[in-house]
Amino acid sequence: MPILEFKTKGLYCPQADVYIDPWRPVQRALITHGHADHSRWGHEHYLCTHAAKPVIQYRLGQAINIQSVAFGESVTINGVKFSFHPAGHIIGSAQIRMEYKGEVCVVSGDYKTQEDGLTESFEIVKCHTFVTESTFGLPIYQWEEQAKVARDINEWWLKNQKEGKISLIGGYALGKAQRILMCLDPSIGQIFTHGAVENVNEVLRHQGVRLPKTTRVTMQQKKADFTGGIVIATPSALQTTWGRKFGEVSTAIASGWMSLRGARRRRSVDRGFVLSDHADWEGLNKVISATGAEQVFVTHGYTNIFKKWLNGQGISAEEVKTEYEGELSEINESTLEEVEQE
Amino acid sequence: MKHFTALFKQLDQSTKTNDKVAALVQYFNLATNEDKLWTIALLSHRRPRRNVKTTLLRMWAAEESGLPLWLLEDAYYVVGDLAETLSLVLPKSESKNDYSLSYWINYLRVMNDLDDEEKKIRVLTAWHELNTYERFIFNKLITGGFRVGVSQKLMIKALAQHANIEENVIAHRLMGDWSPDDISFQKLIHETHPDDDISKPYPFYLAYALEETPETLGDLQDWQIERKWDGIRGQIIIRKGEVFVWSRGEELMTDRFPEYHPLAQILPDGTVIDGEILPYKDGQPLSFNVLQTRIGRKTLTKKVLEQAPVVLIAYDLIEWQGKDVRQLPLSTRRTLLHEMIKQFDTQGIILLSEIIEAPDWEVLKNIKEDSRAFQSEGLMIKRKNSPYKSGRKRGDWWKWKVAPLTIDAVMIYAQRGAGRRANLFTDFTFGVWEGDQLVPFTKAYSGLTDKEFNEITAWVRQNTIERFGPVRSVRPTHVFEIGFEGIQASPRHKSGVALRFPRILRWRKDKPIQEANTLEDLQEMLQHYQNI
Ligand SMILES: [Zn+2]
Ligand SMILES: [Zn+2]
Repeated sequence: MPILEFKTKGLYCPQADVYIDPWRPVQRALITHGHADHSRWGHEHYLCTHAAKPVIQYRLGQAINIQSVAFGESVTINGVKFSFHPAGHIIGSAQIRMEYKGEVCVVSGDYKTQEDGLTESFEIVKCHTFVTESTFGLPIYQWEEQAKVARDINEWWLKNQKEGKISLIGGYALGKAQRILMCLDPSIGQIFTHGAVENVNEVLRHQGVRLPKTTRVTMQQKKADFTGGIVIATPSALQTTWGRKFGEVSTAIASGWMSLRGARRRRSVDRGFVLSDHADWEGLNKVISATGAEQVFVTHGYTNIFKKWLNGQGISAEEVKTEYEGELSEINESTLEEVEQE
Repeated sequence: MKHFTALFKQLDQSTKTNDKVAALVQYFNLATNEDKLWTIALLSHRRPRRNVKTTLLRMWAAEESGLPLWLLEDAYYVVGDLAETLSLVLPKSESKNDYSLSYWINYLRVMNDLDDEEKKIRVLTAWHELNTYERFIFNKLITGGFRVGVSQKLMIKALAQHANIEENVIAHRLMGDWSPDDISFQKLIHETHPDDDISKPYPFYLAYALEETPETLGDLQDWQIERKWDGIRGQIIIRKGEVFVWSRGEELMTDRFPEYHPLAQILPDGTVIDGEILPYKDGQPLSFNVLQTRIGRKTLTKKVLEQAPVVLIAYDLIEWQGKDVRQLPLSTRRTLLHEMIKQFDTQGIILLSEIIEAPDWEVLKNIKEDSRAFQSEGLMIKRKNSPYKSGRKRGDWWKWKVAPLTIDAVMIYAQRGAGRRANLFTDFTFGVWEGDQLVPFTKAYSGLTDKEFNEITAWVRQNTIERFGPVRSVRPTHVFEIGFEGIQASPRHKSGVALRFPRILRWRKDKPIQEANTLEDLQEMLQHYQNI
């Protein structure tokens, strides 16, 4: 019996009878992180890291049956030893390691190797079998240092301020929005947030994450209140009437997809900043080689191409069909964003 | 190249026309004449002659980045632009100098006489000295195609502001067969003797589609009605004993149409006619496909000329006896045109566009609906007292097209879009029923909203049956209404038909696949609408 199987409901460990990030309701679900396509509604039991738990509860309701563990702490279920290790994707995001009779398998969920000053640093976990994402599994994706992107964003903000425009920047409410926040120089002006972003900020602050000061955008504020400011919103909000209340704006999106001119133009925003919570080409390759895995399973993203590349590098790799949104979720918001809008 | 790169970035990033014009004006105000000239050339798709094969560029980039060629090709497929793909896969580097745009163009031009090994050294050197975005521009100089959302009109506007010259004058000066190799910026833009270039055409006056009911145009007596022909809009110029043929796409096509060459002897100098280049035989127009196959051929054999002869359907006279008569009312220009054709025997090369008479708009509507029987796309409605304007202008000229032909079809293959839509499935193949089989019969791209593209993309991902390279076969589930302008028999296609201008009209979520049309329906349309 293999330690991990790929079932119609999700990734499954038959010995322990648990699923990892399943997309259909199951008895026991181990969750890598709180993004909507990885932690879905309807499971009987949830298990995640302490740091991922508050957001999952916020999203799925306090009523869910959820336990959490510390990074590195192990839990044994029917002889299978499970532990959670930082994936560097968003706060609390984990790779799930499972070990049974000396056989080690790691499901990495979504991961990022770049340091962002906010998320727990990615940890290399040696294993025999590694399940990797491939959201940006093409050599055209090479990220810049976060400090450089931060400089670009702040320059853009300053320029807009000079031209009397409000800066309106879009990023996924959980993860990307906080990274944008960490990039901003608060001495330039006031930082405002869309309700969906601020809700996540509140959850994170409550669990002890230190974030710069932000002001929630509400119905009561007047146009003049935003003068010289920057607004962090969800990408979907940029396109709605919500964005109109600020008067003259310059719009931007922060996403790995913004590497491509085509993607930038399709979003019809003024600027695209290349900032991703996923590993770039080099990151994916470095991690896979460092795990020492003999067998790699490639999930969401450019699965087919990336598998073929790995095979060419002498790494046995197979493509796995999942229902993670990966490719699209970064720019086309899924369920999470729509939860609460002001 | 920092200045030009910054301009390109601004143009590329901005979504607002005014910002683009401002960026261009600012650039023109600071750039050298040589750089300005090249900028105009590049933005109007004139580039230095390509002297490096793109297959070599791919190989060198793959080598430099340690990637197999197939991976680079796959990446190219996702990006949709070769120059961009190459710049992205190369190892990151910093910009090491700031030479001008013209410097890099000359850098490429001197490569003409070098062998491939020497070219490689020069290209690699450039790649090492430029950062990602500058590299992209450099690659574009080789591959061409600076599509950056700058229309001719927009560039003219910026140049007019920069040079303080009227827009229509600039438009006129920019037209024609100039190349930055043999003209200076000063001469192109500031030279006040445009007659130096006798081939110079006038900007075409283009009509808007009529969306309201024609009654909103008022009294029918004020309007001149003609058929809208499905050929190539062209301008025929006779000056100093020579003839020039221009297409609406601003392409000099004199060599493509030897039929018009005798006009140099027939018509007086200083004549410019606006008309339609139309394939025409035995007193009847032929289908556009006939013209298309002819244009596709490198050499015009006697056989081709016999199979697809062209005439010019004359719409308008815009220069007469050496004078620009565009400001005269249409009715006067029409009279002049008519008299000209009567006076000079054009041997059937030029046919006067027929004026359609009707007592009222209602009758005209019926005439319009019969257009397909005449191989025509509908009617043109032009105000009798209108001058000949430049570009697409609202108010005086309208095109009133027949409704497209439509068919309900099932999506059976999907393919990712290129460039702007690389993350979405945007190219689809559709099938119609033949018994219990779906026979593919057309591809269609445009027509859905971004939201619908997102929706169908998510669906395609979950419902792929098989992959063939970039193409996926999908579970037959969705019915779409496909609109098209014409239908032709085509033995090359499995279905036996080829459509003209197919596009998605709407997503028929209300229709089960069983209710899609059949191959028999298509064949019936073929009988009905194909000519000859
Ligand atoms: Zn995620
Ligand atoms: Zn994911």
